Amino acid sequence: MQNSPAIPADLRALGVGTPTARVTPLFDTAAARHLLNRAAFGGTQAQVDALVAMGLDHAVDLLVNFETQPSKTVNSDDFDRNLMPPLSREERDKLNAARRAREEAEVERLERKENQAKANDRRQLVDLKKWWIARMIESARPLEEKMTLFWHGHFATGARTIEDSWHMFQQNQLFRTYATGNFGTLVLNVIRDPAMIKYLDNDKSRKGRPNENLARELLELFILGEGSGYTEEDIKAGARALTGYTFEDDEFEYRDGNHDAGPKIIFGKEGNWTGDEFARLALAKTECSEFIASKLYRYFVNDTPAADLPAEQRDAREAFIRALATELRTQQYEIKPVLAKLFRSAHFYHACNRAATIKSPAQLIVQTVRQYGTPPRQLSALAGACDLMGQDLFQPPNVKGWDGGRAWINTSTLFVRQNVAVYLLTGKRPDVYDWENDETRFDPIPLLSGATTPDVVADRLISMSLAAPPHPERRAALVSFLTSQAHMEASEHSRTIAALALVTALPEYQLA
Amino acid sequence: MNDINAYSRRVFIRQGALLASFAATMPHFIQQSAFGMLAPDGSVLGSRPGVPDERILVVVQLSGGNDGLNTVIPYGQAEYHNARPVISIGEPGKPKNGGAALELDQANGIGLHPNLTGFKELHDSGKLCVVAGVGYPNPNRSHFASMDIWQSGRPEGKGTGWIGRYVDASCNGNPAADMAVVVGRTAPLAMTGTKSTPIAFESADLFRWLGADKNGAMDKEYQAMVRAGSLPGVEPGSQESFLMRTALDAQLTSDRIRAAVSKKPLVAYPGSTLAKQLQTVAAMIRDGMKTRVYYVSMGGFDTHANQSGGHANLMRQLGDAILAFQKDLAAQGNEGRVMTMCFSEFGRRVRQNASNGTDHGTAGPMFLIGAGVQPGLQGKYPSLTDLDGGDLKFTTDFRGVYQEILGKWMKAETQSVLGGEYAAPGLVRG
Repeated sequence: MQNSPAIPADLRALGVGTPTARVTPLFDTAAARHLLNRAAFGGTQAQVDALVAMGLDHAVDLLVNFETQPSKTVNSDDFDRNLMPPLSREERDKLNAARRAREEAEVERLERKENQAKANDRRQLVDLKKWWIARMIESARPLEEKMTLFWHGHFATGARTIEDSWHMFQQNQLFRTYATGNFGTLVLNVIRDPAMIKYLDNDKSRKGRPNENLARELLELFILGEGSGYTEEDIKAGARALTGYTFEDDEFEYRDGNHDAGPKIIFGKEGNWTGDEFARLALAKTECSEFIASKLYRYFVNDTPAADLPAEQRDAREAFIRALATELRTQQYEIKPVLAKLFRSAHFYHACNRAATIKSPAQLIVQTVRQYGTPPRQLSALAGACDLMGQDLFQPPNVKGWDGGRAWINTSTLFVRQNVAVYLLTGKRPDVYDWENDETRFDPIPLLSGATTPDVVADRLISMSLAAPPHPERRAALVSFLTSQAHMEASEHSRTIAALALVTALPEYQLA
Repeated sequence: MNDINAYSRRVFIRQGALLASFAATMPHFIQQSAFGMLAPDGSVLGSRPGVPDERILVVVQLSGGNDGLNTVIPYGQAEYHNARPVISIGEPGKPKNGGAALELDQANGIGLHPNLTGFKELHDSGKLCVVAGVGYPNPNRSHFASMDIWQSGRPEGKGTGWIGRYVDASCNGNPAADMAVVVGRTAPLAMTGTKSTPIAFESADLFRWLGADKNGAMDKEYQAMVRAGSLPGVEPGSQESFLMRTALDAQLTSDRIRAAVSKKPLVAYPGSTLAKQLQTVAAMIRDGMKTRVYYVSMGGFDTHANQSGGHANLMRQLGDAILAFQKDLAAQGNEGRVMTMCFSEFGRRVRQNASNGTDHGTAGPMFLIGAGVQPGLQGKYPSLTDLDGGDLKFTTDFRGVYQEILGKWMKAETQSVLGGEYAAPGLVRG
């Protein structure tokens, strides 16, 4: 504790106009856990203690400047890039001709080839989901994975439309490369990304017949925000600017012959704008910084709907997002320094922002494994659970991505959330339920650090599991359970698992 | 629908403090259904005259692309038999390749698959409507893409689902949480709206917290925790309060569904998965749940090779399950309230392939079942000679069928849900 410096005054500047005065600016255990929950996927008590010992600055450094941490390399042969050889143009023509001529044997042969490729590709997509979940669980650079997930939700593209798992993998690597890099550069890469080009039909867009899909979403969902600082005319002109941006096989290809090089007016400025220039013009608008700032805020700080906040908190939030937007512009959209500042700000640590975000399904799974040290169990089951909880990786519901926050929670997903924790703790899947045959035994005893009395055990389990101290009735219920007759008759292993199952079933467990 | 403050304010304004004072401990859906029953003058009504609150739609999804030509069979046309020498089915009374069609429309030479005896019985009692040649322009032959088009009700196959949008707009834009129920692993796109998500469960017994199987003490503590709702002193608009209230909702919904499903059905059901799903739906209807749309699905229709035996089994399961369901509804006295709709993402090609199966095609038949349908074969059966690259040309746009169901059966406004007007034959009796 003696190593916990006060949050530096200059960094508190980001919290101007926020209720910072009431926060104890100490980087204590609770603050370190808060940081680890938000900038990472939570962690063990030992990791929390280590962060406290190194102090706020070093703790933030460790998480944000993650390049110093080892990374599991991605081998080029981890995935097969040639699983989805699309029918060649020749084959496609053949297929159409065979259809017209009703040569069923030929139609069947070509369709079979296509269907086989699709089936193999769907299998590889499952491998890709497992691979990513494993990476989130194992990574020594959790913020890298967390921002990769953020960009996947921001620049949402669905595998089902793209029908090429290699392109999804390629895109995932792009998001990882720019996880905390420059947002503007990332945008320029995204408009060259085969998955995005396919998803938003830019491969079908050409001079004289522009397809507006990519231009529209760039302004509406990727750069400026819906209805914010652009007109329909800007979209139409942008679509023309983006003609010729397509892909061949696995690579971006610019086809000059398809590009509309004529003059266009974008945001009132006339020029023979290219797709890059269209993106840059949008990136130069203030609305961009505000839009990205509010999305980062919702992801990392607080996703309570504004309407449900007391007025002074709403004002503080707005002021903070404005400051964050200014910071984005000052840093010329370098994400890393902005996050570093965010994670050092008093506003981030304020009581009203603790336990104020709802864990995404991926966060719930990964954090449960990382904070308790449970075995990861079957990754395919975890990928399936993610889907059941509304976050099918590589398949966001639409181009808007996942709504997040309270949209994660409903009467169906809440039970899955509780039961996936039961699965991680016990190894038993709901459909083959059998408490007594725990194959990969998870030993929870070390979590108690020698505590045996119900009061101390309850406090330990609560502090390592919940993002904020719960209502006193929760603690009382847990103590009462820990002292109950049936409970005392069980082995220490069994009753500790049971207590953890109960804690993870608390509605409050869904908060980070 | 999760905007607690806004909601409480509205209730407060409309009905005074009486209802709002319960807000903190009441689960969302009880509040919302109470709200839904408020008449404009503020009085509470059980049901509103003239508004058929009680009508229900059950959607049966046939996944994989059902072979429409061997389901609703144009036995009277030589082209059908020529295109399918090994798998075509004979006219009524004259079995061919092991089967003879059941009579549906003698004048036009159209019958049902021999194993659709369940549908034949429903047809003979005027409760089956067969819509011929349903599809959409520029058909997509990918399972997923075409299913997304059917489920979204939009040519681009993206965004929200057609039922989701209907639910979003219900109850003056405040849909009750139990408006839509899926018996299945995940919520299909069709049922997903902007505001609304359906309740989804594969098996009622798993629609609960499973940790309590450990020991009784856990169950007691767990129940006390979730049933407390939002605890005193917790800020009503906070994330914590929202989660506590949703946990209470979930528990009450689970109690309700599991109690409903535990009752023995009034008729015997076959053993197929579809029959089990429909039995669960019937139990919920019998229990008086306020749910307006139920969704179930059945797979296995992607019959690329040696399809005759496999497809015959699917036809048996489909017809028998729906017949049992319909009999159950009749025994419950609910037959007049429920309409069932069957669809598949596409039909299959006219010609059989070299493996005695069929490949992905275009238009196919839909089925509507219930006392409220316009019985018999409706719409125009697609021509077997005027084809598009060996595929049938659709004669009814599927969105026209949705329009009939939403407009005439559910009495909903269809323009905003479907984004246009579509031509359709009369399928629902006014």
